[in-house]
Amino acid sequence: MAGYRLAGGGGRVDRSKVLRFRFDGETITGFAGDTIASALLASGRLMVARSFKYHRPRGVFSAGSEEPNALVTIGEAARTTPNVQTTMAEASEGLVVRSQNAWPSLNNDFGALTGLLSPFLAAGFYYKTFIGPFRGAWMLYEPIIRRAAGMGAATREPDPDRYEHAHGFCDVLVVGGGPAGLAAALAAGRSGARVILVDENAEFGGASVLDTATIDGSDTAGWVRSAVAELAVLQNVRLLRRTAVYGYYDGNVLAGTERLPAGDAAAPRERHWRFQARQVILATGAMERPIVFAGNDTPGVMLLGAALAYVRHYGVAAGRAVTVFANNDAAWHQAAALAETGITIKAIIDPRDAGPEDSAKTLRAAGTVFYTGHVVTAAEGGKAVSGVVIAQFDSTAGNVSGGATTIDSDSLLVSGGWTPNVNLASQAGEPPVFDSGTGAFIPGTPREAWAAAGAMTGKLALQSAIESGFEVGVETVKSLGFNALPTTFTVENPNQEVGFLPLYEIPSNGPGKAFVDMQHDVKASDVRLARREGFSAPEHLKRYTTLGMAADQGRTSNVNALAIMAAEEGRPIAEVGTTRFRPPYSPVTFGAIVGRATGKHFQPVRRTPMHDWHEKAGADMINVGQWQRPRVYRRPGESVEDAYIREARAVRNSVGITDVSTLGKIDVQGPDAATFLDRVYTNTFSTLPVGKARYGLMLRDDGFLYDDGTTWRLTETRYLMTTTTGNAAGVMALLEFGLAVDWPDLKVALTSLTEQWAGVAIAGPQARALLTKVITDIDFSDKALPFMGVRTGRLGDVDVLVSRLSFSGELAYEVYCGADFGLVLWTTLLEAGEEFDCTPYGLEALGTLRIEKGHVIHDEMDGRTGVHDLGLEKMFSKKKDFVGKPMALRAALTDPGRKRLVGLKSLDGKPIRAGAQLVTGSDPNLPGGSQGQVTSMGYSPAVEAYIALALLERGPERHGETLYAADPVRGLHGPVKVCAPCFYDPDGSRMHG
Amino acid sequence: MGDYSLWSVVKNGLTGNKSWKPAWRKAAPKPSYDVIIVGGGGHGLATAYYLAREHGITNVAVVERGLIGQGSVGRNTTIVRSNYLLPENSRFYEWSLKLWEGLSQELNYNVMFSQRGVLNLAHTPSQLDQYAQRGNAMRLGGIDAELLAREDIARLCPGIDLSPNARFPIEGGLFQPRAGTARHDAVAWGLAYAADRMGVDIIETCEVTGFIRDGSAITGVETSRGEIRAPKVGVAVAGMTSEVMRKAGVERLPIESHILQAFVSEPVKPLIDTVVTFGAGHMYVSQSDKGGLVFGGNLDYYNSYAQRGNLPIVQEVASELLAVFPNLGRLKLLRSWGGVMDMSMDGSPIITTGPLPGLFLNCGWCYGGFKATPGSGWCFAWTIAHDEPHARNAAFTLDRFHAGTVIDEKGAGAAPRLH
Amino acid sequence: MLIPCPVCGLRDSGEFTTGGDASIVRPAFDDGDEAAWAAAVYDRSNPLGAHEEYWHHVHGCRHWLIVARDTQTHAVFGARLAGAWAGYQSGAPSDKPGPD
Repeated sequence: MAGYRLAGGGGRVDRSKVLRFRFDGETITGFAGDTIASALLASGRLMVARSFKYHRPRGVFSAGSEEPNALVTIGEAARTTPNVQTTMAEASEGLVVRSQNAWPSLNNDFGALTGLLSPFLAAGFYYKTFIGPFRGAWMLYEPIIRRAAGMGAATREPDPDRYEHAHGFCDVLVVGGGPAGLAAALAAGRSGARVILVDENAEFGGASVLDTATIDGSDTAGWVRSAVAELAVLQNVRLLRRTAVYGYYDGNVLAGTERLPAGDAAAPRERHWRFQARQVILATGAMERPIVFAGNDTPGVMLLGAALAYVRHYGVAAGRAVTVFANNDAAWHQAAALAETGITIKAIIDPRDAGPEDSAKTLRAAGTVFYTGHVVTAAEGGKAVSGVVIAQFDSTAGNVSGGATTIDSDSLLVSGGWTPNVNLASQAGEPPVFDSGTGAFIPGTPREAWAAAGAMTGKLALQSAIESGFEVGVETVKSLGFNALPTTFTVENPNQEVGFLPLYEIPSNGPGKAFVDMQHDVKASDVRLARREGFSAPEHLKRYTTLGMAADQGRTSNVNALAIMAAEEGRPIAEVGTTRFRPPYSPVTFGAIVGRATGKHFQPVRRTPMHDWHEKAGADMINVGQWQRPRVYRRPGESVEDAYIREARAVRNSVGITDVSTLGKIDVQGPDAATFLDRVYTNTFSTLPVGKARYGLMLRDDGFLYDDGTTWRLTETRYLMTTTTGNAAGVMALLEFGLAVDWPDLKVALTSLTEQWAGVAIAGPQARALLTKVITDIDFSDKALPFMGVRTGRLGDVDVLVSRLSFSGELAYEVYCGADFGLVLWTTLLEAGEEFDCTPYGLEALGTLRIEKGHVIHDEMDGRTGVHDLGLEKMFSKKKDFVGKPMALRAALTDPGRKRLVGLKSLDGKPIRAGAQLVTGSDPNLPGGSQGQVTSMGYSPAVEAYIALALLERGPERHGETLYAADPVRGLHGPVKVCAPCFYDPDGSRMHG
Repeated sequence: MGDYSLWSVVKNGLTGNKSWKPAWRKAAPKPSYDVIIVGGGGHGLATAYYLAREHGITNVAVVERGLIGQGSVGRNTTIVRSNYLLPENSRFYEWSLKLWEGLSQELNYNVMFSQRGVLNLAHTPSQLDQYAQRGNAMRLGGIDAELLAREDIARLCPGIDLSPNARFPIEGGLFQPRAGTARHDAVAWGLAYAADRMGVDIIETCEVTGFIRDGSAITGVETSRGEIRAPKVGVAVAGMTSEVMRKAGVERLPIESHILQAFVSEPVKPLIDTVVTFGAGHMYVSQSDKGGLVFGGNLDYYNSYAQRGNLPIVQEVASELLAVFPNLGRLKLLRSWGGVMDMSMDGSPIITTGPLPGLFLNCGWCYGGFKATPGSGWCFAWTIAHDEPHARNAAFTLDRFHAGTVIDEKGAGAAPRLH
Repeated sequence: MLIPCPVCGLRDSGEFTTGGDASIVRPAFDDGDEAAWAAAVYDRSNPLGAHEEYWHHVHGCRHWLIVARDTQTHAVFGARLAGAWAGYQSGAPSDKPGPD
């Protein structure tokens, strides 16, 4: 029992609202406004966690986002959230909090035995062991290591909560709402600029709470209140609390996440912000730095400023017999402030000769014993601090001299100075530079439009922080053209001294472990070992020891590690440098990053106008890119295969209709439309008469096939181009590129009509009879509307565009109308088609019909095939030039040895599966090498056999050969006969009829 | 060979870990070598290692402008696999995978090669057919591959969204059991350690500023640490290929440098036991031994040398992660970074002699560089030692682009950002 | 990253797709020179530093832009429209992000 709730105080808690939550089954009582950490401290809990590697007992170390130790799992079942910083998470009624990485219990953790093996588990030990005794032995060790590693356990249930995305546009984004950030926001806000002020904590004010100063006559808390109140009424200022800016991206785009308070079921759990600011003011403050000594991770050891923050914010004292270990004047002031609240400061240990006199006076009066010229060499006690070992320190030599004394104590508060928070500045700037005033790094030169203010620039004293904030605020808005009025702040601070003796580590020869990175259990000795093994550069040190790579991002560890390395190397810290900082500054919830794009909403669903009809008809809908298309319309008892065979047969025997609305449709207009199409297609479109359509092939620049489709000449200067479903957007972009870059002289306008037009293909011997019934103003006779003819007409009140095209090889038409009338078109055709048993057919039937005809789609045009490979040479104009022609004529693309299109017939009556490889070996165990592959297949009702299309080496020369379709991943191996790719009506008499 | 063993760890542990030596010497450049390898990334180090080990060429310098392991070898998502469709690729990557299988023992350095399998998810029947095509090609080439049904996937990946309510429901998958992950840093350090012990000089903070020529032939390099000569100079600098080759007078190559971002979550207890890739987009995820979920997706699409990317891809890739594993919504992103990819114009690598006499070029690794590390080093070493490519890399020429004999695994054409 | 579209103003790069190096000399469509085409299709200078490149405002005005950008710092120096619209200057493209 160390911490306790003070009788009064605590600006953030509402003592009238008691709340209860559970920690490892025990009920913890707190107040509204408490964090989990403050409530646990108030309850007297010291040990709240076990460490990552050695399972060391750990307590609350800080009061903010730098917390390395006190991580817990909160929530239950699907809401289980591991690795939550108790210092940032607000307590709420009924919350379930559990310790993690401990078995069977936090108090008696089996894993703590690893501490005994620690000499053998030093940095990088795993690179040197677990190698043998045989190849692949690692697979035996790995599961054990994986189970030991990790921190909390994640749930396997989908996250039930909701997240939102918001966009914040502003003139000035101020990151950090401490004294400097508030002053900057005031300066900018008063000028009329659009300002967003964000802070990661639940309240603004930052570290001002640690100062006993007055600003313009109020105490710091009062000044913060009035500043926030002034900002809150400004229409041009937005205040965002609990919002951690995690990433500084190019173009002054920053990203942050806002945690919303629990309890409002209508609110999202978190809100992701994308900020776009003309200027950014970084006022991210500084974090108190620990000092490395033996046992510095023992529960009860805490940052001094954090202890004061717990008093001021939550009315919680860290302990009853407190010692302070510090190397700077600010710490003495804070200790004095603690003493003034009635907390017993037994002793203050400082390596310097003296502390600042004003605070010394206060402390002396409170009975504090001063051990100047001393340092703490160890904290004693395993699961709780019981004593503090001190020794004399020679600050010139930098080493401990003289014997040790132990002070009984239940709480050791440490202050090693302050480390500016340079993370965001480093993300968007040159490397941080060393600053001897803080003994740490401050921001380098900006790469983006930002300016830094306050403690993060090394201006630790309250007055200079506020002044620099205001000044930067004024300059920033002036640079944007706003008028800013100067102002002065009267800061009266009884404690002006800022003395500081850089001190990062108390070298120890004792057995106690001295931690640099507590979250990853990296010890000072690991840093030394890394150097010994050649990993002394900061980037190597980080990677070899994993220092600074934990969830606290090395907030409390980086500078100390660099200082230890520098000392070992006998070089200044500035020369050793620091690692590069990357997003995120704070861990970011994936749900927040993703927002609403989860589950069904992961990506938009594109539905055709007839979609609902297909669903009602029981179609198996299938994703084709973002589109949904009917695969088959299964009747009760039918398999997919039964259904598509029935559908395909209906087309061959009578008539069927299929929804082709997803095809890409591009309106190509202008005096140069014909010239343009001649350049993008391998075949000629300028000679196409008005009222006719033509099948066209498109190549990529590199000469390989890109897309195909029919293009219809509607007038002299207007064409309707259709593309495959998958390439609709790509073809459009390519055509736009051609006009913009290659042929700016061509007068052509392009409009995508893919979603504006619905389309239906009507195929089968009765197609003409059916259409004659419903479109009465078009003469459908072969003479009036020949193959590839295009006509406009009306279906009832609906304008339609009709073309006599055939993908199935039957007499067939495509009819297009405005998307709003797609369903009318569809149902009218079906109703009128009842007498012909008109059958809707899906993708599978479409597939089998086109395979029977040897028509290729993307299965064959897979981006690696050319015109020559697919037997489409007839489409390749020799008379004109077009995109891709020179590259398509390269010898490698016309090599007869290439894999080329063939047909296959199953010889054993079994399906030939797409994806099977073609081999010569009849024995599945001795197949021989692959000579080609099956690209698409189906059962052909016309041939009454399983047939397929395939790409086969020297295919066209091999018709009649027997090969084997090797399909080892599906356990199949069957004989097939190679044949021409067209299985049905090769002279095309049916579709021309 | 080697000093590292359980015994050495125990012995040193008992004596305060004071006696460990640097993993590799901080060598200073000598005036000349038999071979200079430019680039101390995974491929450069592996090349030096295999030159020494396979060909007895130990008078080798690896010159690195920064530190060993700071480039892409330490910036990737650590996946190792050989599940390729095209024979030129699968042959090469399978050889690399075989080398991976013995690498820890060979190097006396635990690279933690974890053969936990790679699962490619298919989301439509036709996509599953495409995967079958790849799986069949692999099987015929002697490579392990299995086609998995939904039930198998449920067993392999608890927490995965197998529901029909997914935007892109899972239809099945292609699984390569021998594939997996490795500890990326350890690969760089282990190769440096092993190469160093065979006499290779690993020269860090030594930037190549130019090439020394004798007529048209390259006979050495000018560096920030002076001139170094060798009759053979191999360049293996991945994302920096264009800039380094420009110094040799080669102005244009079929290479573009692009940013690929990678991401790691906070560490959690074992959650995902295999490598999983999303088929209705582009995302791959595995869990590191430390517990973090390591994942990535598409390039940032614009040309870049910046080792950092932008927000749209962060959001795209994270949404793909949750599309596969909706249980991860509450987990947190811990770190992100970018690597510079040497994207070739067909998505396949280049390991070749030339393009100048005395010069050898290794580049075009796109996303695939990490898994290729030992295979690339082995083949490049052979090519340098024999002045001609081995059959395993014979197809990875520089002139295949103009000739049209491209190895286009994705069928995306000459659009490097799409490979 | 923000792209200053001459038509739409400063927009997030996520609204665009890229089209690669804009300094490449593309042979005329009726130029049958295989080598010239091969060079244009496959060979890249790929500079570290200043780079002119095509960006397509697919989720905006759908213009193809030529953007001057630094491949190392990602600094965007400017953008102009490609092709027939190349001379177009919008009234005064605001550098103010987003709507007021």
